[in-house]
Order: sequence, then C-alpha cells, then structure tokens
Amino acid sequence: MNGISASLADSATMLRRNFRHTMRNPLALFNGIIMPLVLMFLMVYIFGDAFNVGVNYADYATPGLIITTICYGISPTAIAVNSDMTTGFINRLRVMQVSRGAVLNAHVIASTLRSLVAIALIIGVSFLMGFRPSASFTEWLGVIGIVALAVLAIGWLTIAFGLAAKSVESAGLIGVPLMILPFLSSAFVPADKMGAGARQFAEYQPFTSIIETLRGLLTGAPSAGSAMTAIAWCVGIALIGYLWARSTFTKRG
Amino acid sequence: MVAAMNGSAIAASGLRKAYKDKIVLDGIDLNVRTGTIFALLGPNGAGKTTTVNVLTTLLTPDAGKAVVAGHDVATETKAVRTAIGVTGQFASVDDLLTGAENLLLMADLLHLPKAEGKRIADRLLDRFDLVEAAGRLASSYSGGMRRKLDLAMTLVGKPQIIFLDEPTTGLDPRSRRIMWEIIRELVADGTTIFLTTQYLEEADQLADRIAVLDQGRLVAEGTADELKRRVPGSHVRLRFTDQYALDAAARVLHESTKDAEELTLRVPGDGGVRSLRALLDRLDAHSIEAEELSVHTPDLDDVFLALTGHARKEINAQ
Repeated sequence: MNGISASLADSATMLRRNFRHTMRNPLALFNGIIMPLVLMFLMVYIFGDAFNVGVNYADYATPGLIITTICYGISPTAIAVNSDMTTGFINRLRVMQVSRGAVLNAHVIASTLRSLVAIALIIGVSFLMGFRPSASFTEWLGVIGIVALAVLAIGWLTIAFGLAAKSVESAGLIGVPLMILPFLSSAFVPADKMGAGARQFAEYQPFTSIIETLRGLLTGAPSAGSAMTAIAWCVGIALIGYLWARSTFTKRG
Repeated sequence: MVAAMNGSAIAASGLRKAYKDKIVLDGIDLNVRTGTIFALLGPNGAGKTTTVNVLTTLLTPDAGKAVVAGHDVATETKAVRTAIGVTGQFASVDDLLTGAENLLLMADLLHLPKAEGKRIADRLLDRFDLVEAAGRLASSYSGGMRRKLDLAMTLVGKPQIIFLDEPTTGLDPRSRRIMWEIIRELVADGTTIFLTTQYLEEADQLADRIAVLDQGRLVAEGTADELKRRVPGSHVRLRFTDQYALDAAARVLHESTKDAEELTLRVPGDGGVRSLRALLDRLDAHSIEAEELSVHTPDLDDVFLALTGHARKEINAQ
C-alpha cells in the first residue's frame, strides 16, 4: 500500500473510532447542544426585547449563537485528544507507523461534524424563535463556508491545546476563554454600546469579524471587508493550531 | 549489521538524554540477545521509560547509537517500528471501545485483511482469556484485564521484539503471575522481551539478564544470581526485651551483628524453615528468649544500597 492510500485508510479507521466515541459518549454532544440552546432562550426570550439593537433580536443574535455553539461544543475534543496523548495511545500509534495526519485529521473531522450537527439544530430552533434570514442561496453557501472555516480554526487550535496540555483537566480549560469570548464580541450586543476597553477589544477580536460577516450574509447585506478580515483570522488561527499540533505530536514522547 | 549477526536484538552504546539541565540518561550501553528476556531494573525516575522511548524511536537521544532488530533507531525508524511492539507504562487501551474492537482497530491500522484481522483478534482474546469480556467496553475491565488487552493489542502486529514498560506495576499478585506466565510463553515462541520493572522479584523470576539503572547510569548488569551475590544476603532479625538477652544471644550466635540501640540482632541466613528451627533451638538451648523474629530477603532497596552505596531515591519522572 502506498503512502497516500495508507494514510487515507488510516484516517478512515481513526474516524470510525472517533464516531464510535461520540455515539458512546452522547453526553458530550448533548452538552454542546443544550448549553447554546439555554443561552438562546435566555438571550432571545428573556433579555432580547430589552436590548435595543435596531433589528429583530433573533435575527441579530443567531449569527453570534452559531459561533457560540462551536465554542461550547469544543471541550470534548480537547479532552479526547489529551487523553489519547496522556494514556500513551498516541505513542502506541506512533510506534505502529500510523500517520500523524490520520490521527489528527480524524479528530478535526469528527469535531467539525459534531459542531455542524449542533449548529444545524441551533439554526432550526432559532427559526422557531423568530429568526427570519433574508439570505439568497449563494449567501447561504457563504454562511456555510465561513462557519466551516471558523470550526476548522477553533478545531485545530483546540487539538493543539489538547495535545500540549499536561492533563485532561487542564485540556478542558480551553473551553473557558472560548465560552467568554463571544460575550466580548458583537455576538449579543453591538460592540459600540460597550464600555471603553471592552469596546475596542470587541471591535478587533476575531469573533466580531466572523459574526459580522455571518450577520451580513444572513440579512442579505454581505460586507466584503469584514469577510476578508474573518477569512484571514480563520486561516491564520487554523494554521497556527495546525503547526502547533503537528510539532507537539512529533515531539511529545 | 554486525550486531544482528552476533544474535543481538538490541544493542545500544553511549545513550545520553537531558531535559534542560536535568540529565536523564548518562551514557547507557545495552546488549540484549535475541530470544531472551532482559530486565531493566530501577526506581521511579531512574530513566527506564526514557530508555524505552529511545529504543522504540519515540525519542531522539542527545548522543549515542542504538540498533534494534538490526536497524539504527535514528535513521531506519520505519524498519525498527515494523519489528517491534511496545506496551507502555499505562495500559493504553481505548476505553470507549470493546476489547474486540480495540484489537480490530490495531489490525485495521496494520492494514491486515479483514478476515485475517478477525482471526488474529479472536485467537488473542482466546489466548488471554478475554473471550467473555470481548464485547464489553474496556473501561469496565479490571487492571489485570486492561494489561492483558494492552499486550494483546501489541501482539496483533506479531513483533519480534517487545518492549514492556513496567508491565505489572499496580497489579494484584494473581494478575502479576498471569502476566509473568504470558511473558514466558512469548519468549518460548522466540520473541525477545525488553522489560522494565521496579521489582527485583519480577526481574529475578523472568529475566535472563538484568541491568540495574540508577539516576541515568547502569550500575550493574548480570544474571539474577550474579546480582544477588553482590547484595548482602537474606537475614533474620531478632529483637530482645533487654540488653542482657541481646548480649547473651550475640555470644551464642557468633556470625551475627548487634544493634544495641534497637536491641536487635541481625543473623545471616536464608530464612528457610530448617535454618530458622536450628536458630531457635540454639537460643532455646541457652534459655534465651527473643521477643520478635522477622525474616528479610534482599529487595530492590538492598540491591541499590549494595550497588550504589546510597538508598534509592524517588525522583519524579518527567
């Protein structure tokens, strides 16, 4: 078997394994869906009418909730990768010549698919809560593209963090900043209504440009400027995560 | 390779490894003959796992050369990896897969045809008495079962040389014996075993040759008997109620050493029933009564004390 087909076969094998994990530990997927749902009820039903954002609040909040869903669902990935590392499972695979790509790709793909399932559910529920997007078919394709890029970026960063963390407990910590960052972006209220300091942070942090891009696409008013910024952030973060993950995988014995 | 023609499964010379300013391996030379069991004996932090990681291509040494199965671990990683199997210090089984699925996962990653993978998995489950547990998640397994599954996973690839890093640490005595039995069977089939252990008894029971590792250096190497000859032998310790009885006993038992403070007498001897009876008879004949008797056989602490001149230190493994 040549290198590429061996690597593809290994990726498929590892992906099957990660799917089994997801099916046998449904709590991880459930947490990743239930928390954003609770947040959606809180934001849209309880607080939403009190926020004056200028548009229907469900329309305003849904793009932010999409990104929040990625963040809330990512901890299990960090934990799974870390436990593979700390239990010696990755060393076993390394000695067996299993390609580095196969192990890490399988985690990224599994994590991406989990996120996309959760996001599809969240979008479905947001329709019930009054979300009325005016995006065209091509704009929806743009939404899917940006969401996939964001998932990949957060996914690779999480995997690198999971590989580098000393223990499963510290690997799980990556979820904490990721859960807070959406609040310090334009996810739930516009950045220009925040206090000084928070406003500047929110304006320039990556989530804001990603969320603004999604918001533009979903309301049928896409902005090329924020899209470029969002894509640059996603590609940059994904690349850093990927390179960090790759070198940690090779180095840690 | 010269080493391979000499019947060496593993040959290493001058292996060094340091993390920042902490020296973990300080010039290790090893030679393990094909088809034998070699034990690397040492306390936590001595460098056992680092040695295994270097020999199994997982870690690049700072200096030195290692040849495993006739291939250089630094330049012929692939060939080395094809020949070896490694069972790490912690049973690295997949908890969310069943025993059978764990074995089939290994077969798939080795690109074995489905039918052959299934056949090998079934045979290993049967051999390690895991047939009944085959359909249960590994998370429900006992420590002994996990170790067996771990080793079975290593065997799917039919390695010529198997590295076992502390294969019985944390196991109950019965599981430990089962593991020893399995290891002996593997060698009987012609496999070479490199194992690390903290237990002198384990090295004694299994190994053809033992190397003692202390703070990154090999302080002794030889057969179990050769090592034991260098260690103060077993002894019987007698405790007395007063100085008078102690002195009286010391006069009767010439070969003994006295500890006046502790009121104890250390009498060399193998601690067997016959020699114990003779010892007690001698005390009786002189109407000396000992308050307490204990039998001491050399353990790793004694080996260390004898070989290094210092008691073994626990150093946290990196």
